[in-house]
Amino acid sequence: MEPGAAAAVGTAGAVGAAASAGAPAAAAAAAAGASAAAVSASYCPLPLPLSDGEQQCYSELFARCCCAPATSSSFFSSSSSSSSSSSSSSSSSSSSSSSSSSAGHPQPAAELGRGASLPGPAATAGANQVGDLFRASQLPAETLHQITELCGAKRVGYFGLTQFYVALKLIAAAQSGLPVQVESIKCELPLPQFMALKNDEIRYSNPTELHGMKCQIPYVTMEKNSFKRVDDGEKQQEKMSPIMSPVSSPPSSPSSYQRVPLTYGYGKLRSGMDQMHAAPYETRQHTLQQEGSTSGSHGPKPTRRQTSLIQSLSVEREPQESNSNYPDDPWRITEEQREYYINQFKSLQPDLSSFISGSLAKNFFTKSKLTIPELSYIWELSDVDCDGALTLPEFCAAFHLIVARKNGYPLPESLPQTLQPDYLQTAFLKPKWDCALFDSYSESMPVNQQPRDLNRIESSIKEKTDLTAPAQDVNIDDKQALKISSVDEAMPKDLSVDTAAKPGLLPPPPALPPRPLMSQTEQVSEIELHPQLTRTPSQTEESGSPVKKDLPHTQPPSKPIRRKFRPENQVMENQEPSSVSGTSSVPTVPTVKPHASIQKQSSKQKKAIQTAIRKNKEANAVLARLNSELQQQLKEVHQERIALENQLEQLRPVTVL
Amino acid sequence: MAVCIAVIAKENYPLYIRSIPAEQELKFHYTVHTSLDVVDEKVSAMGKALVDQRELYLGLLYPTEDYKVYGYVTNSKVKFVMVVDSSNTALRDNEIRSMFRKLHNSYTDVMCNPFYNPGDRIHSRAFDNMVTSMMVQVC
Repeated sequence: MEPGAAAAVGTAGAVGAAASAGAPAAAAAAAAGASAAAVSASYCPLPLPLSDGEQQCYSELFARCCCAPATSSSFFSSSSSSSSSSSSSSSSSSSSSSSSSSAGHPQPAAELGRGASLPGPAATAGANQVGDLFRASQLPAETLHQITELCGAKRVGYFGLTQFYVALKLIAAAQSGLPVQVESIKCELPLPQFMALKNDEIRYSNPTELHGMKCQIPYVTMEKNSFKRVDDGEKQQEKMSPIMSPVSSPPSSPSSYQRVPLTYGYGKLRSGMDQMHAAPYETRQHTLQQEGSTSGSHGPKPTRRQTSLIQSLSVEREPQESNSNYPDDPWRITEEQREYYINQFKSLQPDLSSFISGSLAKNFFTKSKLTIPELSYIWELSDVDCDGALTLPEFCAAFHLIVARKNGYPLPESLPQTLQPDYLQTAFLKPKWDCALFDSYSESMPVNQQPRDLNRIESSIKEKTDLTAPAQDVNIDDKQALKISSVDEAMPKDLSVDTAAKPGLLPPPPALPPRPLMSQTEQVSEIELHPQLTRTPSQTEESGSPVKKDLPHTQPPSKPIRRKFRPENQVMENQEPSSVSGTSSVPTVPTVKPHASIQKQSSKQKKAIQTAIRKNKEANAVLARLNSELQQQLKEVHQERIALENQLEQLRPVTVL
Repeated sequence: MAVCIAVIAKENYPLYIRSIPAEQELKFHYTVHTSLDVVDEKVSAMGKALVDQRELYLGLLYPTEDYKVYGYVTNSKVKFVMVVDSSNTALRDNEIRSMFRKLHNSYTDVMCNPFYNPGDRIHSRAFDNMVTSMMVQVC
């Protein structure tokens, strides 16, 4: 301590008078707790009598000014509690401070050990940050000038630890009304208060929420943004010291985060506005203010998610802070972002475990209005296996990079570790997939779902059509039943979705066509059976039995149709009390039609779509059958050719000779 | 040491060409250009056999007193030409082959990028890094 004190005396000439007075106090504090004293000594080679609450505060501020990463909020809370306890109990006498310090030291020491690395005494605070911090103390400029002069920064030309601490102490003195003099800092003072930590407003507006994102907020506040002034009228929270504020920040931050990243990506992609990539942080603060003032609840969140369209310019820039968190990492994907990415992935590719092809992704990412070389580079970074397609983690990484780039971050030289596919896969995606799936199903439009489901069923059906001929017939017939049932399933879905809108023509028409369809399939299968009969008797038996099975197959599907239409009819009847048809089911088919005069157009469109789907399916079935027939013919031709070649070979030697 | 590496498109225009040291760039460009004739000659000579049997590595195209030129052609008629300093302890054929293989793999990765249009100049940073490593490593 003594050499440190001597050095401090040498450097800060103005506080030289206090050195002699401070040295014994410092020595006493050093004697109180060995390890704690070592900690305090390493961080405060000052002749000032600092209570350890002030110690914590100042060291934190100094760390911030040095752009060192902040520690966890637990550290803050513990330091705040220790500072509050110590400041309450402390007095001007050094002995009491030492006693309280001995009680409070082990705890902050432990926290310090756990927390981030505070800069050593030799570090210097960045002039900009220091200046901003001082301005945030809301003292008049002359006072600040005086303080800087007094603390010796001007003399030495930089803000070292000692100068910084002295300056903070002077600020505290000035804020409590004492004259800015060296003597005023000798006594015990409350912690200096700094205004500019704008996130306070948001935090205070939502004190009740508590999520696990504690680490991120203090970061948002302490990091680059924290020291800029905010020129809006909301300055009520300046009473809280900066150390105290993080206590409430964790609860409220998630709200800001949740609001922030949502709108972020949307605006980036859809609005295509030119952002200020130079990213002045003041505007971000403004936006955060607006966020805090406008909505303090989660109400806007789901709506914003649903809208997924152009958001305000200011809101879009905020996510950068949410990105730039969590140990100083703009490349870490937050939960909301991840969910958004997953939803976007689903919009392109419903199967989460499958790929998005290169062309599809290209079209999608081109909408982000980044330049092609940049997009090419982003692709290069994110497509780790270089297969020309993006899996879900690769897609999230690419999306995140695009979002970051749009916010002004330069693209990294290599893919950050937090964006690696394996990291994303293990860390986030697996546990989230189930939830994301459910979310997506609840969120996505039912109309979109239906064509997708139908398409899936159709594709699965089409896949089955490539089997061998005999099996094909059986499958085709079964598939007809499948298709019919799928159509029927789709029908109730339709109906359930728009019951009020289109009660009329939907139920009846599908009831009729399936039966002719089934009859058609029976006929076709019979036709196909004939060529098969010529081949093997076993095949005929097989094909014969499936045909018989089809008849019972065809009948059951019709019944469910009718049954499903019954409730619909009843629903319709509820809506149209004037309808004549009461409880009958099948007879309602012809009788419902006259009642379908209401809202015909929309139902006609639906009907048209349904018929188109049905026709396409029929065409598919026909083509599949044709395919199988042609393949059979091809085989026959092959066999004939082989036979002919054999004959030719037999004949040839005769001609040669 | 590979002093110059060039990727030539099917239509015989360069997709990527890089050489060190920079002051002799023009000379290397000229060398590569003239070597294309040799490449075509070799390809046509081999082309009588089935395409499957044609080998991608063309070997030494022609040596000069200062350096040697090696060639490699892909199935899509994209040519890789590498100029190697002769003064260097003679690089074995295997090494040249492996260098071409790496080049080919990197080129394929570039192709896989949907934002890359075939026929454009190659600006991929990964490709650049790989080429740099090849040019420096043997040095």
